[in-house]
Amino acid sequence: MDISISITVNGAVHQDDVEPRTLLVHHLRDGVGLTGTNVGCDTSSCGACTVLLDGESVKSCTVLAVQADGGAVTTIEGLADGDTMHPVQAAFQEHHGLQCGYCTPGMVLAAVSLLREQPNPSEVDVREGLEGNLCRCTGYHNIVKAVLAVAGGAS
Amino acid sequence: MSVFGDRVVRVEDPKLLTEGGTYVADLRIPELDGAVHVTYVRSTMAHARISAIEADDARQAPGVVGVFTAADVDLADLPAGSPMFNAAMTRPFLAGDTVRFVGEPIAVILSERPDQGADAAELAWADYEPLTAVVAPTDALTDEVVVHAAAGTNIVVDLAFGRTDDLFDGCEVVVTQDVINQRLAAVPLESRAAAAAWIDGRLVQWASTQHAHGARDVLARVYGLTPAQVRVITPDVGGGFGAKIGAYPEELLLGWLARQVGRPVRWQETRSENMVGLGHGRGQQQTIEIGGQRDGTVLAYRLTVLQDGGAYAEVGSILPYLTRMMAQGTYDIPKVEFNSRSVITNTTPTVAYRGAGRPEATAAIERAMDLFATEVGLDATELRRRNLIGKGAFPFTSATGTTYDVGDYERSLDLALEAAGYEALRTEQRRRREAGDVVQMGIGVAMYVEVTAGPTAGKEFAKVEVEADGSATIYTGSSSHGQGHHTAFASLASEELGIPMDKIRVVHGDTDLVASGEGTMGSRSLQLGGSAVHEASVGIVDKAKQIAAHSLEANPDDVILDKVAGRFHIAGSPTIGRTWAELAQAGAASADPLTVITDFQASQPTFPFGTHVSVVDVDTETGQVTLVRHIAVDDAGRILNPLLADGQRHGGIAQGAAQALLEEVRYDDDGNPITSNLADYAAISAAELPSFELVAMETPTPVNPLGAKGIGESGTIGSTPAVQSAVVDAVSHLGVKHIDMPCTAERVWNAIQAAHLTKKGVA
Repeated sequence: MDISISITVNGAVHQDDVEPRTLLVHHLRDGVGLTGTNVGCDTSSCGACTVLLDGESVKSCTVLAVQADGGAVTTIEGLADGDTMHPVQAAFQEHHGLQCGYCTPGMVLAAVSLLREQPNPSEVDVREGLEGNLCRCTGYHNIVKAVLAVAGGAS
Repeated sequence: MSVFGDRVVRVEDPKLLTEGGTYVADLRIPELDGAVHVTYVRSTMAHARISAIEADDARQAPGVVGVFTAADVDLADLPAGSPMFNAAMTRPFLAGDTVRFVGEPIAVILSERPDQGADAAELAWADYEPLTAVVAPTDALTDEVVVHAAAGTNIVVDLAFGRTDDLFDGCEVVVTQDVINQRLAAVPLESRAAAAAWIDGRLVQWASTQHAHGARDVLARVYGLTPAQVRVITPDVGGGFGAKIGAYPEELLLGWLARQVGRPVRWQETRSENMVGLGHGRGQQQTIEIGGQRDGTVLAYRLTVLQDGGAYAEVGSILPYLTRMMAQGTYDIPKVEFNSRSVITNTTPTVAYRGAGRPEATAAIERAMDLFATEVGLDATELRRRNLIGKGAFPFTSATGTTYDVGDYERSLDLALEAAGYEALRTEQRRRREAGDVVQMGIGVAMYVEVTAGPTAGKEFAKVEVEADGSATIYTGSSSHGQGHHTAFASLASEELGIPMDKIRVVHGDTDLVASGEGTMGSRSLQLGGSAVHEASVGIVDKAKQIAAHSLEANPDDVILDKVAGRFHIAGSPTIGRTWAELAQAGAASADPLTVITDFQASQPTFPFGTHVSVVDVDTETGQVTLVRHIAVDDAGRILNPLLADGQRHGGIAQGAAQALLEEVRYDDDGNPITSNLADYAAISAAELPSFELVAMETPTPVNPLGAKGIGESGTIGSTPAVQSAVVDAVSHLGVKHIDMPCTAERVWNAIQAAHLTKKGVA
């Protein structure tokens, strides 16, 4: 009953046979072997598993691996340019936008996607844009600050 | 120590940002090769007898390696969580003949893959004979239904300090109010996870915990081993907030399961399991009584607490002790009485959650001060000012016997009011009230003092080691789950050693590598762990001077450390010297390695304090609350790294605001949880919060060499009552005096309607 899929993950093509019910997040973690993407809930509420699918943020617990067949996925492991952090990653460090780090991969990718859609967001835009990503450590203050700093720097 | 006040970005971050952390579920290590996955089957009833567990279908399911129930487990039940508790309130690893809360494990399935375990769990079920569920703590008090029959009562512990009939004699005004400090879920983004393997006769456990050494000691007791026969390793930990201090039955059973199948085992709970399995926080019903004079002098205060302990006697039941410690807050109240009882209910057991007993104290006294101010017709800030403990009164011993180290409470109030523009806010509030605006403004002011690194004087272990290559390694018994220990401790050591931070490793959370440890809880890490690192660093510089003096044929007192060069030389003769690397090599050659161990012992806990001002908009037609501004003055003594300290404050404020406005663990009358996932539990999001306005204030404590107090929980303790007070204040002109938390739109709307009807004389 397994289905053959081909997904480009962080630039590399991964061909695998998966059960139809396999969620993308589980395929990324257990099939592809990239554990940077975390699972934080089971109701698509927390956003810890957010990745980019064909450039847009998706909660990878809400996408079946077979739905991503033929697509391109970016996980946190594929965001930096070699040793140079993506501006959103760098801003998260500079502004202390992370503490325990568990929500961070999803939060960073959600922020990357948000900034692609809205290059010059207001604070309210950032807060509403990240509403689907929960963080329990930072109170969101420095996450919002980091995202706004990237937007400000880019404009 | 010039490093204090430096804004140093975290060395932890690049890995977390580019690869993600390595949490328990991410471990891909040889020791766990071939591990089987553990899935617990959980009770769907709050209180019932189990007449049978039907697991045959589960045993036959694909990939299942084993299924076990209470009848199989030959480990002694876990004892009650404190010697002060009713000793008959023990906890089984798996429920035997009785289940006591929804979510309690009743069976366990081992499978080759995690999804196979989840499938098989659906095939296992219990035959339940329902018993009456005790859900409300007030019902538990009646003992009509006793949840632990052998205990003979539902009372876990009665902290009775006495009650006098004349407490309020001579008071012109006495105000009484029943208050709910509701049950909360900690919601660390990483749910509980652990793995276990028997390696060369030792139990090795990987755990998502705040306290590796604590888990080691409990495991040793459970399995009849010496602590040296157990190794606990904490990889990255995705948040804890107090709820991951203790080791849970699901984790403690893993070693037994590994033995049954002769293979390593690993367990990762789901969020829906976490919401019923991880201990909950808070859960106090309080009665506050406050009395004094019409001029605003408070003379007496009584706090009576009913603590919901949940189904088993765990840490939550002892937290009222901390509530008592901090009962009178920042105020000089001559007479204070505190009594509490903790009771068993058929709900998830309660444990520590950010603040752990102190937010409950602050919420109560701050509500009391607001109510008293209203009653005597004083501005809430003016009433507070008149009753504050004065700057010159420290060390101050409270009416409940707590000795506060140092503080300047009035200054924190002044700074907060100034930063908030308090008078202008009141002017705007008056304008809106006079205009009859639909959206009214509320201003809440709360003051707090709390206890950190307590309740008694704390200690912590540190070892500093300089390697032959001139790098250093710090071993700390404190343990990070997001606080930034590596950055903080490396900067402290770097300051003394003159070794750059990128050449300093920090090792924590491994009981084989770190001799002892008290873990991370109660806002203790910098003041205890940091003080230990500081003293060990000072010690190793002294030791290095001795070695250098010997090598340079000089008096050790004449040897100085050039911290810029990381090199020792005789004062006035910088040309000839010895580097850290050379001294470490010399130490190793002499069989006296360049290592210093410190067990730092504090003389007493510390007492951070501050003032928070919160500004909310309340839509009086819908009850909807919007948190508009939040201003915080948090004085935690000397601040090492403001970046880290402010991060702690931000997170704390958000969790406090979440309690005031949104979050509540709820059960129906039969004990069914109705907030058991993140779709139903209102965990606060970015869209529901503003950016926070932080004001700096530093009053160093004399009780440790850093002058530092704890900052991990202050934000929560200050923000909760400030936000709640702001909501009440927004509708106080309509006749509302109190709204219980969380101040949801429904609650606020109902309070407005009730006040309206009262005014009209209908109710």
